[in-house]
Amino acid sequence: MSKARISPLRSGFVHLALAGYTVIALFPVVLTIVNSLKDKNAIFRAPLALPTVETFSLIGYTTVLKQGDFIGYFQNSLIVTVVSIFFALLFGAMAAFALSEYRFRGNTMLGLYLAIGIMIPIRLGTVAILQGMVAAGLVNTLTALILVYTAQGLPLAIFILSEFMRTVSDDLKNAGRIDGLSEYAIFFRLVLPLVRPAMATVAVFTMIPIWNDLWFPLILAPGEATKTVTLGSQVFIGQFVTNWNAVLAALSLAIFPVLVLYVIFSRQLIRGITAGAVK
Amino acid sequence: MSSAILSEDSIQVSARPRRWHILVFLLPAFIVYSAVMILPLIETLRLSLYNIVDGQSTFVGLANFKVLFGEERWAADFWRALKNNFIFFAIHMLVQNPLGIALAAMLSIPRLRLATFYRTAIFMPTILSFVIVGFIWKLILSPIWGITPFFMDLVGLKAFFSPWLGKPGSALIAVSLISVWQNVGIPMMLIYAALLNIPDEVIEAAECDGITGWSQFWKIKLPLVLPAIGMVSILTFVGNFNAFDLIYTVQGALAGPDGATDILGTLLYRTFFGFQLQLGDRSMGAAIATVMFLIILAGVSLYLFGIQRRVRRYQF
Repeated sequence: MSKARISPLRSGFVHLALAGYTVIALFPVVLTIVNSLKDKNAIFRAPLALPTVETFSLIGYTTVLKQGDFIGYFQNSLIVTVVSIFFALLFGAMAAFALSEYRFRGNTMLGLYLAIGIMIPIRLGTVAILQGMVAAGLVNTLTALILVYTAQGLPLAIFILSEFMRTVSDDLKNAGRIDGLSEYAIFFRLVLPLVRPAMATVAVFTMIPIWNDLWFPLILAPGEATKTVTLGSQVFIGQFVTNWNAVLAALSLAIFPVLVLYVIFSRQLIRGITAGAVK
Repeated sequence: MSSAILSEDSIQVSARPRRWHILVFLLPAFIVYSAVMILPLIETLRLSLYNIVDGQSTFVGLANFKVLFGEERWAADFWRALKNNFIFFAIHMLVQNPLGIALAAMLSIPRLRLATFYRTAIFMPTILSFVIVGFIWKLILSPIWGITPFFMDLVGLKAFFSPWLGKPGSALIAVSLISVWQNVGIPMMLIYAALLNIPDEVIEAAECDGITGWSQFWKIKLPLVLPAIGMVSILTFVGNFNAFDLIYTVQGALAGPDGATDILGTLLYRTFFGFQLQLGDRSMGAAIATVMFLIILAGVSLYLFGIQRRVRRYQF
């Protein structure tokens, strides 16, 4: 049976509404990028116009690259994000495997304990986290951020990955055991490759809040050498409020890598959120 | 408490040799999670019961909370932040979630052209950082640049323009709406997924009974996605009562104008970390964090034990 078709009129309204909201969603970002490529007069005189030959200017970008150490900030963000995701995925997958594969005392309790962090934000422990990092001499190091973000990423990683690991066939694992594989080999060589799509989903999910976080860089690593790109642009833009070229260029520089990654991974991300519902 | 669980499995476990690999698999995650997340959380709760007396950290019971709730210097700030936080949450529930549901409902129309494009575009702001979003909107709403007055002029509403972010009466609403703009993608996606999971047979049965269009949405689809709406609500709740970044970026640590946009997250930051002339106060910071913890815990418990269990789930 075919579905009742919606009338062309209604479908027109739907497209109008969706396209309208799409414009609202995209406009601010487009406006920022377009204006970052114009000179100061053009930014104010014709904010909506595309840059022309006369109004095109990269003055904002040169100011930003001269004044702020954006490359350094990028490096910090990249190191923190990649290393945290690596450990959250590795440790998370190991724990998820133990929880889903073996029956042992307190399995359920441990699962619940590790799930607390899905709902209770790690920020609430900041007072004691800072105290601990001061005691350990880790303030103003990327290690402090990596530790915090690994812990932050673990609960969701364990939760999602253990769901997926339950679907890996027992026969396969038992065949491995009969062939004399150790439990470690079964995990690393049989199970891990099979849950790779789930790992990618968790990685994308974990990445966004880490890359975008302002709170922990501000509190744990505000030093110039350890600033992440989020904190770096926050401080930089705060200083250059009146230099519109620089502000718009800094914003565009901060948007650009995220936008490129999003265009590449949006399918993965959206499929992850909708967990297989998108056909 | 766990002894009942322990005895249940102990018979089988004792028969086997020690399985060290289980420990090896669990230990790294357990250690990092406990050391960086759970113990600091407990320590923060404990610190809220202590304060510095004569240079010594001393147990003071609930005295910090008495100061926070009742002493003039603190109470005004605290209650205002709490009230603002509830308004912030209410605006999200009233604007973001219905908007998310509406967008999801439109996107889930079968064989809609360009659906993937709309979906990708509307979700885009969600992946941007609060810092970027905050500054972009600060520029757009700025009377200096004049983008907003220009657009309001097009529809003849220029007279209604005012620098909303700078006025105590409208700043909180403006900031909340910026946050809605950024986060509407999350409810949209989760409800979209729930709508797609409704089996075709249910929709076909409804169509056979002549229920289509609006009434199909209200009578068939919406009741079926209620669990997803509950999920979205609790995510919104937790996110809002722990928000900080956007307000810090747009309005600064003082959450101006005149504290009109101060919420618990910014109050915690100023109290604990100090700002300008105000010195950081660890004990009071811990007390505010404890209040935030209790609010979030209350919300999550209400959801898990009150709402999630009562919402009727349909098995397909």
